[in-house]
Amino acid sequence: MIPELGHFALALACAIAAAQTVLPIWGAHRNDARLMAAAPALALGQLLALLAAAAALVWASVADDFTVQNVAENSHTLKPLLYKVTGTWGNHEGSILLWGLILALCGGAVAAFGRGLPSALRARVIGVLGGSSVGFLLFCLLASNPFNRIWPPPFDGRDMNPLLQDAGLAFHPPILYAGYVGFAVPFAFAVAALLEGRIDAAWGRWVRPWTLASWCLLTGGIALGSWWAYYELGWGGFWFWDPVENASLLPWLTGTALLHSAIVVEKREALKVWTVLLAIGTFSLSLSGTFLVRSGILNSVHAFANDPTRGVFILGLLGLVIGGSLLLFAFRAPVLAASGLFAPLSREGALVLNNVLLCSIAAVVITGTLYPLVADFVFGAKISVGAPFFNATVLPLSIPLLLAMVVAPGLAWKRARLAPALIRLWWAAIVALAVGLTAALGPAKAFPALAFGAAAWLILGSFAEIVERTRLFRTSLGESWVRFAGLRLSVFGTTLGHAGMGVLVAGVAGMSLATERVVLLHPGESAESAGYTWALDSLRDEAGPNYAERVATMRILRNGELVARMEPSRRSFPVQKMTTTEAAIHTNGMADIYAVLGEEREGAALMRLHYNPLAPWIWVGALIMSLGGGLSLLDRRVRVGAPTRARSAGSGVQPA
Amino acid sequence: MTRKRRRLWIVLACVGGLGSATALGLSAFSDNLVFFVAPSDLAQHTTNGRTLRLGGLVEAGSIQRSADKASPVSRFRITDGRAAVDVTYSGILPDLFREGQGAVTLGRLLPDGTFRASEVLAKHDETYMPRDVAEALKKNGQWRPEEGPPPPAATWNTLEPAKPTPTRTAS
Repeated sequence: MIPELGHFALALACAIAAAQTVLPIWGAHRNDARLMAAAPALALGQLLALLAAAAALVWASVADDFTVQNVAENSHTLKPLLYKVTGTWGNHEGSILLWGLILALCGGAVAAFGRGLPSALRARVIGVLGGSSVGFLLFCLLASNPFNRIWPPPFDGRDMNPLLQDAGLAFHPPILYAGYVGFAVPFAFAVAALLEGRIDAAWGRWVRPWTLASWCLLTGGIALGSWWAYYELGWGGFWFWDPVENASLLPWLTGTALLHSAIVVEKREALKVWTVLLAIGTFSLSLSGTFLVRSGILNSVHAFANDPTRGVFILGLLGLVIGGSLLLFAFRAPVLAASGLFAPLSREGALVLNNVLLCSIAAVVITGTLYPLVADFVFGAKISVGAPFFNATVLPLSIPLLLAMVVAPGLAWKRARLAPALIRLWWAAIVALAVGLTAALGPAKAFPALAFGAAAWLILGSFAEIVERTRLFRTSLGESWVRFAGLRLSVFGTTLGHAGMGVLVAGVAGMSLATERVVLLHPGESAESAGYTWALDSLRDEAGPNYAERVATMRILRNGELVARMEPSRRSFPVQKMTTTEAAIHTNGMADIYAVLGEEREGAALMRLHYNPLAPWIWVGALIMSLGGGLSLLDRRVRVGAPTRARSAGSGVQPA
Repeated sequence: MTRKRRRLWIVLACVGGLGSATALGLSAFSDNLVFFVAPSDLAQHTTNGRTLRLGGLVEAGSIQRSADKASPVSRFRITDGRAAVDVTYSGILPDLFREGQGAVTLGRLLPDGTFRASEVLAKHDETYMPRDVAEALKKNGQWRPEEGPPPPAATWNTLEPAKPTPTRTAS
């Protein structure tokens, strides 16, 4: 009964979403206040219906209702409760439902926080969000219904993929999806602006917090996914340039560009057309990335299942959303008059450079990701584009980006001079050069050395902005403190966001020095790697809730002194007939000691021993970036739903 | 700064950015494209020591794990139904690596006809079968999807006795 109610709620949500599309947009077109006023109520109604549907699916999973196909295929009576709940979105059907739910949440958020918006703009934004919801919910209902029943029900479920039974992965999809889907809001604002034919600074002020919020979530989601791959897959790497990873990186790149170009729209009313295009592009990339992967068109180790009917539906949906919005853009973009002149060397100019570089990186990543597909269709050649391609293209393009990122916040709007902006960074430049040279003379190759230098430059240079604004060391400490306390939160946000990137770059550069060794050890033996002694003490069996585990006990010694005890293990899941590797990781913040237990041969265990310098910095850096974004969101001027009010020109920035 | 000049600057920046991206992309393409081959392709073509991705199914009963301390190597055979190739790999095989299931290996063909893998990937999906294999089996009439599951992988390279198979398929 409950699954039927869920199915009904899903259909109801789809119907409400259809009404949410038609009525407000029609009302905004006819200038009918009553129709426009229906928008928030419909958005909240759709949200409630989808919450009910999601709750029904969770109930079916928790209650082990194996007459529901989705539960039978992905759950098991012995599965721990946490994974019964999180498992509802760990499969294709459930993840589409989650996607729809988050989209409805976005609509609900615009309805709830958007009271300060002009009513026509709000009606159109909610209408466009409703339109995207209709597409998804139809897809969910017609091609991937999570509430399908099967008869006779199996005695027990097929259980979840054991790789997914992990707390990190339980929260990775919702956060990542919230990031993906969050870009639907800037997209809806862009389409609404095109319908309206008007963009002003207030529009930029509205788009920015939404973009920022989605960006923070997407950054967090990608980092969480990468961290999961690092500790759960047991390959010792953090990024594999897999199509799924690229699919999440692409909207991040263009979303980062959007974040910065929206600032120019808000402060200077320039780059409007470009920003609209970026908003459309970012959401299109979110959509196509996920769905190309879900449909199995892009072959990936992550793909859930290949189903041609789904592929066709998805392509149709993508064509409609992307083609429709681009067509609208082509017709209406000329209406959006440009204003706000600026010199090439100015804050605006620097943000244009940021956009150009980010979009160039996105372009090469798209090329590398899609080229195998094109080559297959056009030349019939089966090829793949691996990490070497991406490293050879993305790294050279990101170096100028990283260098410019530090200088840009110090430039004035409209027209700037480079010299003052550079002079105040002299100390950061010296330290960065020293770090880069030390790395080059030491173990690092050319690129990692450059990356180490860039990381130091980025971290120190980002804080130079705060040093400059507080006039630290140039005035009394007391006055510096007063200035420090008076700084706006968004200044700290920018600083942390940029410095976090520096920390991340340092981590990536450190990982290029990682060492790896495969050894065969009997219990009682030890091996030397990366200056440590890795001693295998014993091997034993243990039983988990729905798996059996083989655990190795290891001691890691340095010069005879105990550094860590580690227990890497392998778990075998009888229901799914699968084995997973649980890598043991010991971190001291500067490096990870990482051990993987492989199969056993004649009483000896095959082990892979990794030493990963600065590995934790990658995720700490991403976390700092997310926090920086969050801090900016707390700033009164950027906050979602901040009252729109006239600001005196130029008050936002104090030129250096 | 006039509007025209500004547009010129922006266009220049875009051309510079995208131009360098294209240049980098093209130069990286020529060195880093990795061709996907099936074992039967390897028998027909010369590879010039290029890095290749060799995909197919792991032949049942072919996995050998050496317990030699100096070089703990795994050997197995990858088959696509028409030919099979011996693969050596010194590392931990992935959790999903299983006999009779799909695997993709990245590496080079050695002069002696064996394939030295630097990376082995196994598919998440246990019902997965590479498209090439499915096509080959269907074309031979060895497998009709409507009649049930495909024949076991160990028999694939002997399914076509009429066709002379290269020497390296002999076990």
